[in-house]
Amino acid sequence: MSLTDLLPLLRGLTWTVALTAGAFLIGAVLGVPLLAARQSRLPPLRFLAMVIIQIVRAIPPILWLFIIFFGLGMGVMPISPFNAALVGLGLIAAANMAEIYRGAVASIHHGQFEASAALDLGRWSTLRDIVAPQAFRVALPSAASYLIGLMKETAVASTIGVAELAYQGNQLSQLTYRGLEVFALVGLFYVLLSLPIAWLSRVADAYLQTKVAR
Amino acid sequence: MFPSYDEISAWLPDLLGGLSISLQVTALSLLIGIPFGLLLALGVLANNRVVKGLSLFLVEIGRGAPALVLLQFIYFGLPTTGLTLGSYTAAVIALAWNTGAYTSEIIRASLQSVAHGQREAAVALGLNRLDELRYVLLPQGLRVALPALLGFSILIFQGTSLCFTIALPELVSRAYEIGSTTFRYFPALLCAGVLYASISIPTALLVNHVEKRAGLYAHR
Repeated sequence: MSLTDLLPLLRGLTWTVALTAGAFLIGAVLGVPLLAARQSRLPPLRFLAMVIIQIVRAIPPILWLFIIFFGLGMGVMPISPFNAALVGLGLIAAANMAEIYRGAVASIHHGQFEASAALDLGRWSTLRDIVAPQAFRVALPSAASYLIGLMKETAVASTIGVAELAYQGNQLSQLTYRGLEVFALVGLFYVLLSLPIAWLSRVADAYLQTKVAR
Repeated sequence: MFPSYDEISAWLPDLLGGLSISLQVTALSLLIGIPFGLLLALGVLANNRVVKGLSLFLVEIGRGAPALVLLQFIYFGLPTTGLTLGSYTAAVIALAWNTGAYTSEIIRASLQSVAHGQREAAVALGLNRLDELRYVLLPQGLRVALPALLGFSILIFQGTSLCFTIALPELVSRAYEIGSTTFRYFPALLCAGVLYASISIPTALLVNHVEKRAGLYAHR
C-alpha cells in the first residue's frame, strides 16, 4: 500500500465528518420540539411523541436508510445517497437526543422550578433562563458520547453508496487485496476521529462545571 | 405503497427465516460475548501489565471501531492471512467481540460499585480471589449490571442487521432481496421494520421495568 492509496481514505474521512456533523445538527435541533411534545400537557401529543421515539429507536439504522433510499427513493421521490443517509441518521439522532435532553431536564432539582415559581417567572422564562442553561451542562457529556456513537453509526451509509470512510475502505481492500491492513487502518481512523470529540467534551465540561454553580 | 395481504403471506416465511437467523446470531454473540466481557473486565482490573494491556487493547478496538468495520475486518480482512470464515461464523465473532468490549465496561463499573467493605470482609474471611468474585462480587455486581446488559442486547439485536454487508441471509438481506426481485422495496422493508419493532419494543419496555425494579434495591 502506497501513500496514494491513502487519498481515497482521506476523502472518505471528510464525508464521514460531514455526515456526522449534519446528522448531529439535525438531531440536536429536532430533539427540542420532540422533547417539548414528549413533555406536553396534551396526552395525545405526549403519546404520539413517545410512539415516534420508540419506533425510530426500535428499527436498526441500516433498515431506516434502506427504507428511505430504496423504499421512498425508488417509489415516491428520488433521493441521493448522501441526503438519504442524512435524513435517516438525523431522524435517529433526533429521537436519541430527545431522550438525552429528557434525562438532563429530569435531573434538575425541583427546587429550581419552585424558586422560579416563587419569583413569578413565566413558563417560557423558566425554561429559557433557568432550566435550559443547567440542562445543557448536564446533557453535554452524554451528547458527546452519543456524537461519538453517531460517528461510528455513519459507517452504515456505505451500504447505500455514500463514499465515506467504510465505503472507501471496502473499495480499497478490493483493489489492493489487502483487507487486513485496509480495515485495520479504517478502524484506526474512526478511533482517531473520536479522540478530539472526547477531548473537547472534557474541556467544555470542565469549563462549564466551574462557570455554573450547583 | 403498503403490502397487501397476499404479499405479506407470501413473504412472511422468508422474513421469519431471516428473523430467526438474526435472533440466533444475537443469542450466540451474547452467550459468547458476555463471559468474554467479564474476562476483559477482570483483565483490565488485573495487576499484571501484559494482561491489562492486552485487555485494554481488545476493549478499545472493540468499542472504538464501528461494528460494521469489525465485521468487514474479520470477513474480508482475515482471509488475506489464510483464515477464511463463513459469514455466520464471522458475524458471531465480530458481534461477540463488540459485545465483550461494551459489556466489559458495564461489568467493570458494576463490580466497582460493590461497596468496598464487602471486599474487605471477603479478605477477612479468608476467601481466595476466585471465591471472593464468585460469592461476593458477582452476585451483587451483576444485579447492578442487569438493566444495562439487557439494554445492550437490544443494540446487538439491531446490530445483526449489519451482517447484510457480509451476505448473511438475515432479516434485512431477506427484505432487500424481496425488494430487488419484486421491485416492491418499500412494503418489503416495512415488513422487516415491523418484525424488528415487534422484538425491540417489548424488550425495551422490559428493560424499563427491570431498571425500575433494580432501582428499588439500589437505594442504600
